[in-house]
Amino acid sequence: MTAPVDVSTALPAKFPQITPRASADIPAYNVPMADAVAVLKTLRDEFAYDMLVDVTAIDWAEGASPRFTVVWHLLSTTRHEYIRIAADCASDTEPSAPSIVSLWAAADWHERETWDLLGIKFTDHPDLRRILMWEGYPYHPLRKEFPLAGVETEFPDPEIAEVSGGKVIAAPMAGGPFVASPGEMNLTDAEPRAKDESWNEKREKPE
Amino acid sequence: MVSANNELVYDRSIEGNIVPTKLDAAINWIRNNSMWPMPMGLACCGIELMAVGGSRFDIARFGAEVMRFSPRQSDCMIVAGTVTYKMAPHVRRIYDQMSAPKWVIAMGACASSGGMYRSYATLQGVDRILPVDVYLSGCPPRPEALLDALVKLQQKVKNERALKRLVSA
Repeated sequence: MTAPVDVSTALPAKFPQITPRASADIPAYNVPMADAVAVLKTLRDEFAYDMLVDVTAIDWAEGASPRFTVVWHLLSTTRHEYIRIAADCASDTEPSAPSIVSLWAAADWHERETWDLLGIKFTDHPDLRRILMWEGYPYHPLRKEFPLAGVETEFPDPEIAEVSGGKVIAAPMAGGPFVASPGEMNLTDAEPRAKDESWNEKREKPE
Repeated sequence: MVSANNELVYDRSIEGNIVPTKLDAAINWIRNNSMWPMPMGLACCGIELMAVGGSRFDIARFGAEVMRFSPRQSDCMIVAGTVTYKMAPHVRRIYDQMSAPKWVIAMGACASSGGMYRSYATLQGVDRILPVDVYLSGCPPRPEALLDALVKLQQKVKNERALKRLVSA
């Protein structure tokens, strides 16, 4: 793991199929999904990017194709440099990406989160369960078409659903979102509250 | 406050070792002054709840200092914090495991109504799954406010028909 020369010339020389990606900060590259693992492994073993900082994905919204892009952020703890690798998912309805848990154990929970909230299936992940929402929840909440308030569905536990007679409801957004006011010294005024209080659960929103 | 149900009269010079009272009043007096909380500290309200247990605010003055982390030994569940849908079944299960009589304080905006978390992941008020006795506003409430809620709950318990409920149960 000797620190090599310039990544921006050495990496495209090794993988001619990668292209530079628009980036406001750190070097970024678009990679075909099939080569993602090989590129990341090369970055780790030959370019000293030894730390996986983030695995996440982008939803370009319904109708866009490719709709989902998986993003990896790496850090070299010896050279103190970051790099971003992005790969588009082939399928717009059932997106999938290769798991890199075999390269970095840290990818485990990142990939579970990305699966939970955006529905990217990581193939060969050792334990791809939801991490924040409960097992059996039918949606992926960070997808663009999913409303912040949620969608009515069943409680996670049938026993609780029976005893309470309730459901998971779409949260009433009356006047929301609910935010604290910055810069106000009066604690009562600064408490989180709906910015538009002209409507609430009982009073309809004025058109 | 004098009422038929909660008056506890005792004058040592007249009665000596005998205390005439009503069973309801005696039972409620006992329950009132040993309200052991089940702390459900789920978010930042839990920190205020801890402050209430400390020496500055000292919930022991109201007989409720014995935080029981076993539902079997507690009387009053203090739901302090944001209840997510994923956590909701566990909160309800712990409530079910508490032995009657039992009460619930919904501490803070989140436990009372979902608070500022109008989102897909947050239970919109713990009263959707539990019977709540006292709602406490604030985000988070001051420790004094929790003491006030406890006193309010004690007032409520004082007026319960304890014996009737015991017999009918």
